[in-house]
Amino acid sequence: MIRVENLKKSFGDHEVLKDITVSIAEKEVVVVIGPSGSGKSTFLRCLNRLEEITGGHVYINGMDIADPKVNINKIREDVGMVFQLFNLFPHKSVLENIMLAPMKVKKVTKEEAEEKALRLLDKVGLKDKASVYPDSLSGGQKQRVAIARALAMEPKVMLFDEPTSALDPEMVGEVLEVMKELAQEGMTMVVVTHEMGFAREVGDRVLFMDGGYIVEENKPELLFGNPQHERTKAFLSKVL
Amino acid sequence: MDFRFDLIANYAPFFLKGTLLTIGFSVASIILGTILGLLIGLGEMMRNKKLAAPFRVYVTLFRGTPLLVQIMIIHFGFVPLFIGETNVYISGIAALSLNSAAYVAEIFRAGIQSLDRGQMEAARSLGMTHVQAMQHVIIPQAFKRMIPALGNEFIVLIKDSSLVSVIAAPELMYWGNAMQGQYYRPWEPYLTTAFIYLILTMVCDFLLRKLERRLATE
Repeated sequence: MIRVENLKKSFGDHEVLKDITVSIAEKEVVVVIGPSGSGKSTFLRCLNRLEEITGGHVYINGMDIADPKVNINKIREDVGMVFQLFNLFPHKSVLENIMLAPMKVKKVTKEEAEEKALRLLDKVGLKDKASVYPDSLSGGQKQRVAIARALAMEPKVMLFDEPTSALDPEMVGEVLEVMKELAQEGMTMVVVTHEMGFAREVGDRVLFMDGGYIVEENKPELLFGNPQHERTKAFLSKVL
Repeated sequence: MDFRFDLIANYAPFFLKGTLLTIGFSVASIILGTILGLLIGLGEMMRNKKLAAPFRVYVTLFRGTPLLVQIMIIHFGFVPLFIGETNVYISGIAALSLNSAAYVAEIFRAGIQSLDRGQMEAARSLGMTHVQAMQHVIIPQAFKRMIPALGNEFIVLIKDSSLVSVIAAPELMYWGNAMQGQYYRPWEPYLTTAFIYLILTMVCDFLLRKLERRLATE
């Protein structure tokens, strides 16, 4: 589904990703953890080329998105993304937020888009908020709308960039619940998070990143229970 | 000092004609200046620095020189060059809209750059092209933020349209001057002129506030 080979990313002289190679299978839930500045968000943002790729290859369904000739918009239709700060469109209602991309990109009819949007809102438990504007929602509700918005494009992979980091603690649960449901339905997911409980419970595999490398990867029970590297141990001792 | 309303009444038909032309100049230049300004603003923001350079030069030239001088150059220089004769209407609208476009371009650029980068990223992550993202996500939001600054610019433009009286375009200020020349009285012509400009700018302000309220999402 996703294959990353020798991925490198620099911002000017600052090399954030040094050499990343990893594969992610269909229906797999991969959780990326690591200290801040380790490059985990940059790694995620390279998977749909929100960051231009400095070196190496990122194959999504066999298409190398590092190739400038590839139609990135077409690939992004299959790769949904959820952001730390939600990034809902404040000038559009909740329903319009979800309907916009299917109508403009996939050219589905208004009726079809609306029906789908309402179904997705129901799924994330916010059907009654369809007509309000994002400003009047709580953080947790905003993030659930953002997930529905990404799902409206029927992506094959969902990328989550610290989806609960900007939320009040009591709202983290409702967002994780939606993500967990999504994982159980078989969605391929790459999740950058500090929620170790989620990583342990929902993740099929955990990547520990530090200093622009994947230092260690393993099944969650093994990575958390029996970390092999010093840096993994040091990090886990601080966050667990 | 006696204030002679009867003189104003005598001159009313001329003030009316002048006012209509001032409205014509203003509306035409606001529309043309805004459209042109949006395009120049977009040009200024192109990632390719070489392609963006001419647009920056445009803004520098039109912001950096007096409108009065621009009116003279366009009226006596460019318009005869292109159409073979002078024409105060073409010169007036061209000078006002070209000048205004430079300011609108900067207002537009500020409006877009004030938006969070995440808006563009969210739109692009959903598969929208850059143009689609601009059209449906960025510009509508930027436009809302631009309205107060744009209103300012429109009001300045209405007032600055009085400068085209120097090329004898028969707009409001022109008739104010004409009346002063006929009666040798300062107060009646110029206070009347000022009063009419005030009404025009207040109407403009009122309309923009209404628009601003209509676009509010809360």
